[in-house]
Amino acid sequence: MQQIINFLIKNKNGLLYVFLLTIALGLTVQSNSYHQSKYFNSTNWFAGNIYQTSSNITTYFSLEQENKTLLDENKRLRHQLFNQALEFIDSIPLDTTLSYNLITANVVKNSYSLSKNYITINAGQKQGLEQDMGVMTANGIIGIIERTSPKFSIIQSILNTKSTINAKLKNSNYFGSLVWDTKDFNTVQLTDIPRMVEIKEGDTVVTGAMSSIFPENIPIGTITDYSLNTSENSYNINISLFQDMANVKNVYIIKNENLTELNELEKGIE
Amino acid sequence: MNSKTIVHIIRFFFLVLAQVLVFNNLNFLGFINPMIYILYFYWYPVKENRAILLLASFILGLTIDLFSDTMAIHTVSCLTIAYMRSGIMRFCFGVNYDFQNFKLASTTTLQQITFLALLILFHHFIFFFLEIFSFSNLLLILKKVLIVGAASLVLSLLIRSLFSIQKK
Repeated sequence: MQQIINFLIKNKNGLLYVFLLTIALGLTVQSNSYHQSKYFNSTNWFAGNIYQTSSNITTYFSLEQENKTLLDENKRLRHQLFNQALEFIDSIPLDTTLSYNLITANVVKNSYSLSKNYITINAGQKQGLEQDMGVMTANGIIGIIERTSPKFSIIQSILNTKSTINAKLKNSNYFGSLVWDTKDFNTVQLTDIPRMVEIKEGDTVVTGAMSSIFPENIPIGTITDYSLNTSENSYNINISLFQDMANVKNVYIIKNENLTELNELEKGIE
Repeated sequence: MNSKTIVHIIRFFFLVLAQVLVFNNLNFLGFINPMIYILYFYWYPVKENRAILLLASFILGLTIDLFSDTMAIHTVSCLTIAYMRSGIMRFCFGVNYDFQNFKLASTTTLQQITFLALLILFHHFIFFFLEIFSFSNLLLILKKVLIVGAASLVLSLLIRSLFSIQKK
């Protein structure tokens, strides 16, 4: 007994190190295998509010550019509205029939230099946000909500090795999954496009219809170059994003109103 | 609560805020975010209880992780360099380290820079290894360790000279 106690006293620093290291590694492995741990991220009250304060100050410096982006978006939407083919409307659709709803939020923290990047926004459960909602900007998609707190949410950016999003080629409708190889923060990769599909540089890539998170046909980016993968049966395509991931300020969260119904239906099949 | 403890706590908050609000957003050339909070281990008193240093490093790493959404990899790297600190010091300062009245200010600048560089090197290696976590990307890990490490060293040295205690 005496020897055990002596041993413990002699090695107390080493044991403390091993103990703390186990906790830290445990947290890392746990969030690697499943979604981020519940409290241990920047959506918590403490980190969220500090980021909010810092973002309140820094947003003033980019107001001019944000105005320009909004004007561009408004111009595009008005253009669509005025050039819409006039048609006879026999009934006015009610809001309850909408299948997608939009919620707006501001980015308070953005990272793009790591291999698993997350974005924190200042809207949370109080605004009706939930896990697995899609997030986009005026230019294109940026990620999926991974964790919410009452006032903040954390988005798994498309610049995250864990992220896979269904995407398709706009002109041929072939779909694949969108992943990131961590090399360049404005380039993502589209994989699983079969070899027989004809691809041209400059083609547009949009979100596919296979996911219940994003509506179909939201722009993502254009093809910059492509090559066959090692087994030579599908393409690896590099896509240059429409949205500059280093400069994300205002975002829209897409809420699929039919999601619960869809999930129940799918559950019934399994 | 003596004045030294308060200095430690203020330094802790200063380094955390500087790291998460300024240096995590630098993104120089797209991926260089220097980690200057390693200075905490450089400035920490030489002859202090090691258990407290380990606990402090755990909290420091955890706070940085909390802000940067990096799971707990800052914590792991912080803990490890806190544990290795006395070994690195003995390597850098030789037998002087074992003297009772040994002070960091009494060593040469070259020794101090070596000490800081070794802390940064070990920290960054563990950090990027866990962050990328694949042997196939070993070259990418080494590239990041060297480039980001160099940036961290330069900025840490600048901050060190900014807040240096007067010599002599």
